[in-house]
Amino acid sequence: MGLVASGKAPKPLTKLLNLGRKYSIWMYQWGLACCAIEMGAVIGSPRYDVMRLGVIPFPASPRQADLVVISGTVTDKMVPSILRLYQQMPDPKYVISMGSCANCGGPYWDSYSVTKGVDQVIPVDVYVPGCPPRPEALLEGIVLLQERISNEDPAARWRGDPIVVD
Amino acid sequence: MTAVGTDQRQQLAYVATQAADARLNVEIETEGMTLNIGPQHPATHGTLRLVARLDGEQVVEAEPIMGYMHRGYEKLAEVRTYPQVTTLINRIDWLGSFANEVPFILAAEKLMEVEAPPRAQWIRTVLFELSRIANITLFLGDMAVQLGALTPVFMAFRDREFVLNQIEAATGGRFHPNFDRIGGLKDDLPKGWIDDTRQVMEKMRDFCDEFEELVLGNEIFEARTRGIGIVPADVGLAYGLSGANIRASGVDWDLRRDGHEALAYDQVDWKVWTHPDGDSFARYWVRLQETREATHIVDQLLDGLPSGPIMAKVPRIIKVPAGEAYAATENPLGEMGYYVVSKGDLVPFRVKIRSASFSNISITPWLLKGVYVPDIITILASLYFILGDIDR
Repeated sequence: MGLVASGKAPKPLTKLLNLGRKYSIWMYQWGLACCAIEMGAVIGSPRYDVMRLGVIPFPASPRQADLVVISGTVTDKMVPSILRLYQQMPDPKYVISMGSCANCGGPYWDSYSVTKGVDQVIPVDVYVPGCPPRPEALLEGIVLLQERISNEDPAARWRGDPIVVD
Repeated sequence: MTAVGTDQRQQLAYVATQAADARLNVEIETEGMTLNIGPQHPATHGTLRLVARLDGEQVVEAEPIMGYMHRGYEKLAEVRTYPQVTTLINRIDWLGSFANEVPFILAAEKLMEVEAPPRAQWIRTVLFELSRIANITLFLGDMAVQLGALTPVFMAFRDREFVLNQIEAATGGRFHPNFDRIGGLKDDLPKGWIDDTRQVMEKMRDFCDEFEELVLGNEIFEARTRGIGIVPADVGLAYGLSGANIRASGVDWDLRRDGHEALAYDQVDWKVWTHPDGDSFARYWVRLQETREATHIVDQLLDGLPSGPIMAKVPRIIKVPAGEAYAATENPLGEMGYYVVSKGDLVPFRVKIRSASFSNISITPWLLKGVYVPDIITILASLYFILGDIDR
């Protein structure tokens, strides 16, 4: 157990660490459906450009990622892969659930093959609503996540409710 | 540090000589290997898993495994009313959403025996072509990025925004318009939209010219796509390929021209592009030309836009009379059709969706036999499928 994980780190040190973590999020994109295109616009389009927020896309593997964006419809067939992805990520890890499908099933709320919400499988930090959300909405979700990171106590990460972008 | 004992050192030397002998005596041979690609890749949208059995660098057998994106459309459509179904089917091929609505609405109109007024048909065709441009633009960037050129995809996203803005200005939805109604359209075009769209079409023509030089004129791109993944016309037809995939094999078949749906394609002067080669390069080339042709179609349609109502007379609560109808249009990915069976209820009794990507991907086991591993990516990228369109 390190100093930070034990919860006994002095406050200024925690703040400094959080500042560093906030602006160096390595984002793994788990693009599943329509939302993946809007996420692609956030990453690839010069108009939205996620890198100016200090978020770096395209890690080589989930083992290097701090944040995963689950964007799109999660089907029951896909769930084992998502669970495995989440387990492969090193702590501290964050999850953004992008779009109505990943939040709660969205337009497929009565479908036999769709998982109604990725939060049944993995804990979610930020829910971004919309079908699909505009790229600006995902950017706001990322900014909210950064706020959360800057204020959090690294020892007790999973306390508190998820943030909802409205 | 502890020194290695004399006995141990002798043992190691013995093992090393044995190993060296073994290397010399065994003939060079390759072991079979199974390569699993997917179900998810950061550069894709949607999830396809491909299991390839390799012999060295060559593929012996490849099998696509689908269903990771299956959302049960055909079953869901049975419990949605007709206007609600369009909300769902927007999301089948999420890049060209408006194009998905049109064949379903046409099939329902056939059953109800109503026809949209001319202005609605023309605006439908304009939006149809705009969604084609928005769709194929991304392919043009995406295929380049799969071959290792990163810049084109940024350009594609940049210029695609302009088209999406126009779709949003007219329909209110950037991605999923849900604008088509049985008997016409929800709204008329907003003020100033036509001039803005003309400017955007000008921009998209520049984009096509840029890509013709940047990607098609690129030596590496040519080396990686020419002669890769050749689909002969008869094989393509046997597998049910449609759209640009079959036109790249030299088959002159386009439902916009050869179909009999109530759209305004016969009012404008345009050309169906084909390429005789049938390889990955040809598929890219045909799609690029089609994007440019689509901008010309939009320009001509906007010039001759008829005036009049945009909605035919239909009852407020839509009950479709009993019967069966099939309507198919040339969507960005190929032929997309809906077979609608109605029993006279508020909801369809059964909807069978014929989506282009499902047939297009069915050729992959045949096409991937014997190719090298890097060419798998080229071939899959050039066949251009959207996973929502495969699994539905």
